[in-house]
Amino acid sequence: MVTVRLKINGVAHEGRCEPRKLLVDFIREDLGLTGTHVGCEHGICGACTIMFNGEAARSCIMLAVQADGAELATVEGLMRDGKLHPLQEAFREHHGLQCGFCTPGMLMTALDLLRTNPSPSDREIREGISAVLCRCTGYQGIVNAVRAAAPILASSR
Amino acid sequence: MKPPKFEYHAPMTLDEAVAALGRYGGDAKVLAGGQSLMPLLNFRLARPAALVDLNRIASLAYIREQDGQVRFGAMTRQRTIEFSPVVAQRLPLLKEATRWVGHLPIRTRGTIGGSIAHADPSAEYPAVLAALEGEVVARGAKGDRVIRAADLFQTYLTTSLGSEEILTEVRLPAMPAGAGYALEEFARRHGDFAIVGIAAVVVREGQRCKLARLATAGAGPVPVRLRAAEQILEKDGLGEAAIDAAARKATELVEPDADIHASADYRRHLTGVLTKRALIRAIGVARG
Repeated sequence: MVTVRLKINGVAHEGRCEPRKLLVDFIREDLGLTGTHVGCEHGICGACTIMFNGEAARSCIMLAVQADGAELATVEGLMRDGKLHPLQEAFREHHGLQCGFCTPGMLMTALDLLRTNPSPSDREIREGISAVLCRCTGYQGIVNAVRAAAPILASSR
Repeated sequence: MKPPKFEYHAPMTLDEAVAALGRYGGDAKVLAGGQSLMPLLNFRLARPAALVDLNRIASLAYIREQDGQVRFGAMTRQRTIEFSPVVAQRLPLLKEATRWVGHLPIRTRGTIGGSIAHADPSAEYPAVLAALEGEVVARGAKGDRVIRAADLFQTYLTTSLGSEEILTEVRLPAMPAGAGYALEEFARRHGDFAIVGIAAVVVREGQRCKLARLATAGAGPVPVRLRAAEQILEKDGLGEAAIDAAARKATELVEPDADIHASADYRRHLTGVLTKRALIRAIGVARG
């Protein structure tokens, strides 16, 4: 067993697990944060994407022990003062979700895309979110949402 | 879909990592970015006795220029390479190739050393290493050795690295100023594994071709340097007829396999099509 100490959404946590425990399972089972979803478990679908030290990463192909000392952010950390994050607001406004399974991964991926490319073209948005699979085939709404959120996030920086 | 049991080591120094690896007599795996190894563990296609995780070794992540080369610490993330001004200036082919490596959240973790040591035949970095005639440094119990690209890739997922050696550095010669370059790739979805990819570099003097480099991804078990196609350009120049002849020759130089994604014939056909596209684009951006 190994000890894992990390910060997630600004809150410090400590847990113990086997070295083989996947980070996404640690987040969901040990920390009780079930907003991050488990899809394919081999780094293809992107549902488990979180922020790892400020960058989007797939938590199903990382070990929990690798997050010892790290700062993580998950979908639960996006709301501020009871209000949706502007990106979440844009997803709601533009029908960027249907069943919602891919949404946490879409949001975290889009956040890193807009952080590193504040005014992406539609092509760049599509390329960015191609990291996450949406089986409701709702990509157009997601592209619209990310495009709409871009200037709002850029101006709040 | 969960990894089997393994012993886990996260050394803080390279010496400790080499020592840890040596204790398992080839039954330990080195964990770099984990974007290929972790899926293999989750599927239990890999069952190593131990993992030696390099992620805590800060000295393995750097980009520096030395002796006409750009040298990358093996743990340099693909995302860092994507945004590096040194790479943009000295190795624009690598920058272009990086945008084809997986997806954004893969590149934040994936490393140049891991991608090359994993030696997936459809991966972009091995093709770039082959095209630019780069080399890697391997550290073992007996010290460092340098391995040229041509001597590194042996077959699918297999390199000449010893099981107790760690790839520590990737060295790519800086591209000549004004060199044309292109990486053309076909995949079902951007970011998926390449069905075929072609890396091209062209140094021109008017219509004369001073140097041509062509290397494949996905067109066989290892990256293939298309030397006979390069020679056509270096002999006959950069006109349309020479480009067509080089692209035709390229299809004769590869021995692709069939898999669920594409037949061998289709891959051979793509090799010609993409060689032509890559050459036209590389010649278009070449100055001189």
